[in-house]
Amino acid sequence: MKITFPHMGFMHIPLKSLLQGLHREVVVPPPISERTLALGVKYAPEFACLPLKIGLGNYIEALEAGADTILMAGGWGPCRFGYYAQVQRDILRDLGYDFHMVILEAPDSRLSQLLHQLKQLGEKVSFMEAIEAIRFAWYKLAALEKAEEHYLYVLPRSSEKEEAERIWEDTLVHIDQAQSRKAIDGIVSSAIKAWNCLEQHSQPILRIGLVGEVYTVLEPYSNQHIIRSLGRLNAEVTNSIKLTEWLNDHLFKGHLLKSRQEHIVDCARPYLASRVGGHGLETVGTTVDFAHQGYDGVIQIGPLTCMPEIVAQSILLRVAKEEQIPCMTLYFDEHSANAGITTRLEAFTDMLRRRKAARVNGSSLQRGGSKSALLSGG
Amino acid sequence: MARVGIPRGLFFFYQYPLWKTFFTDLGAEVITSSPTSRQTIDQGIDSTVDECCLPIKVYFGHVGQLLEQQPDYILAPRFISIEPRSYICPKFMGIPDMIRAQWPHCPPLIDITVDCSRDTRELWNNIYRAGLLFTGSRKSIYDAYQHGLREMKRVRVWTRQGYSPLEAIELWDGKREGPVKPQDNHICVGILGHGYSLYDPAISLQLIEKLKQLGCKVAFLESCVKEQIEAEAARLPKKLFWTLGRKMVGAALLMDKNPAIDGIVYLACFGCGPDSMVGDIIARKVRHKPFMLVTIDEHSGEGGLLTRLEAFCDMLRRKKVQGFEDNLSPYGLHAHSP
Repeated sequence: MKITFPHMGFMHIPLKSLLQGLHREVVVPPPISERTLALGVKYAPEFACLPLKIGLGNYIEALEAGADTILMAGGWGPCRFGYYAQVQRDILRDLGYDFHMVILEAPDSRLSQLLHQLKQLGEKVSFMEAIEAIRFAWYKLAALEKAEEHYLYVLPRSSEKEEAERIWEDTLVHIDQAQSRKAIDGIVSSAIKAWNCLEQHSQPILRIGLVGEVYTVLEPYSNQHIIRSLGRLNAEVTNSIKLTEWLNDHLFKGHLLKSRQEHIVDCARPYLASRVGGHGLETVGTTVDFAHQGYDGVIQIGPLTCMPEIVAQSILLRVAKEEQIPCMTLYFDEHSANAGITTRLEAFTDMLRRRKAARVNGSSLQRGGSKSALLSGG
Repeated sequence: MARVGIPRGLFFFYQYPLWKTFFTDLGAEVITSSPTSRQTIDQGIDSTVDECCLPIKVYFGHVGQLLEQQPDYILAPRFISIEPRSYICPKFMGIPDMIRAQWPHCPPLIDITVDCSRDTRELWNNIYRAGLLFTGSRKSIYDAYQHGLREMKRVRVWTRQGYSPLEAIELWDGKREGPVKPQDNHICVGILGHGYSLYDPAISLQLIEKLKQLGCKVAFLESCVKEQIEAEAARLPKKLFWTLGRKMVGAALLMDKNPAIDGIVYLACFGCGPDSMVGDIIARKVRHKPFMLVTIDEHSGEGGLLTRLEAFCDMLRRKKVQGFEDNLSPYGLHAHSP
């Protein structure tokens, strides 16, 4: 049994380690490329959202590389994601591929149910081994997020941006290969040291919050590397979605970490009083939270036609006005092109800089008639 | 007398008789917006974000139109789920908040939360709270609600007899003279789609009328037997968690088996999440009948739709006369080759 799964940011690193810990042979799909997307677009339903298409491309490339089992998460609506696995399986079967699909449905509330599902994935694995595999994978994930946090801090401030990006890419590769906790610690601390040695510039730094749909936020290919592009424009991005937090809230039902969920829901309440599936409520709540923290702007991203994000976008117009925070929404699909996105990001950051300068100088630029037009930006 | 505005969009096509009866019984005056026109659509486009699907835009157009009539309340329920463990669509869950974001000074919304995912007691509490706006008597609220449910059942009986849901509502509302003339035609086309786009003639570009003019008998989801729809839908490997989507898959599989139906047309909206998945599932599962998926948005032209429908009906007629299918594809590949 050679097991594979879809890509989502650096999720493949801890997931590979987890499955190997369960004594499974793993085929990590080739990195997402134009071909991956083209395959997905060709065979997926025309109006399905981008994550389904990229995921389908991942499977095809992994099956070509010899995988015979696909691991995929399930879910129970109202977001489309919950039915991805079934649709993708039908498409692949119709294409003539022979494979087995394991769908992890999120447990209703019991943690033991999830552990049981995970243990079933393994072969001749004792319960202790399974626990250890989960813990080691979690350790890798936490280390990756710690390194990413530094990367997001350093990139906008550094004048050697390419070097900072290279260190990040290397860190990903090294953590992927690491076999012990000690090695992981070493990799992270040497990366941090290397980043700290980079030369810094003295330009002002913008603080931008990134909110939106989980996959688009976490997978750089799907968002045209928006974090990197903003970093190059000297804007520090705070990523509202962390995989550890997401897994904690949705898969482990808040058993592992202290959850920010309640605070976010409280922030959203004046604007959106109900869950709307997917990440819609969190998008609104986090935007309000970013506004309270004094961020310069918020960018909402999602796949085109993402239902929960459309609800959130409609409401962000009001949030932007009342919380005085500029918001821009970008949707991505297979037609998105880097140049177009970069232009919009440049315009947005320019606007934020002018607004920030005006505030510092005490000018009343953001008061008066042009306010709403400026602020509702997207 | 308090005036309650009910926008002529979305759930209107499913639940108008219920809410009109409910509020009228409680002594309120019910006003609705006028049938969808190009103006409604334009107004809706202006008051929503670009990415919304057409039915949502049309709904906002109707809300905008109602606001001009200055009602005391606007009915804008938050539909989370109308049956256990199923949903409608994320956008339905955010409707009241989206309206408030667009019109911060709109009159109070009666935003009944319809969430039957666990039990119906919470729904009754919501309806009770809405009723308190008009009367203090728990009994008359209860009676009005039960009366509404009875009226809705009466309308449903008509749809099972072959009226389209819009015709049934108009008949109930006294806006139409019954009965509709019996259809005697050679070919019968089953049509599927979310009711709020299919039965709104302006959204569906008069799909139903066009098919009738082309000499087709039209079969609706609403005229199928509920239990049979559910039985067919249960054949999917995983239960679909969208109520309307699941019914459409069930009805499509049922129509696929029904010898009286010659072909199936599915009306999808651009940007509709459930449609993007359900349309594909149906296209893969319907194996015995010609199937056509029509996607529409506010840019769709009637001419294009008419051409496609004519071609589809011509094909159905030829197939019927010929009596067999040759499976020869006009573009050189076998229809089912990958």
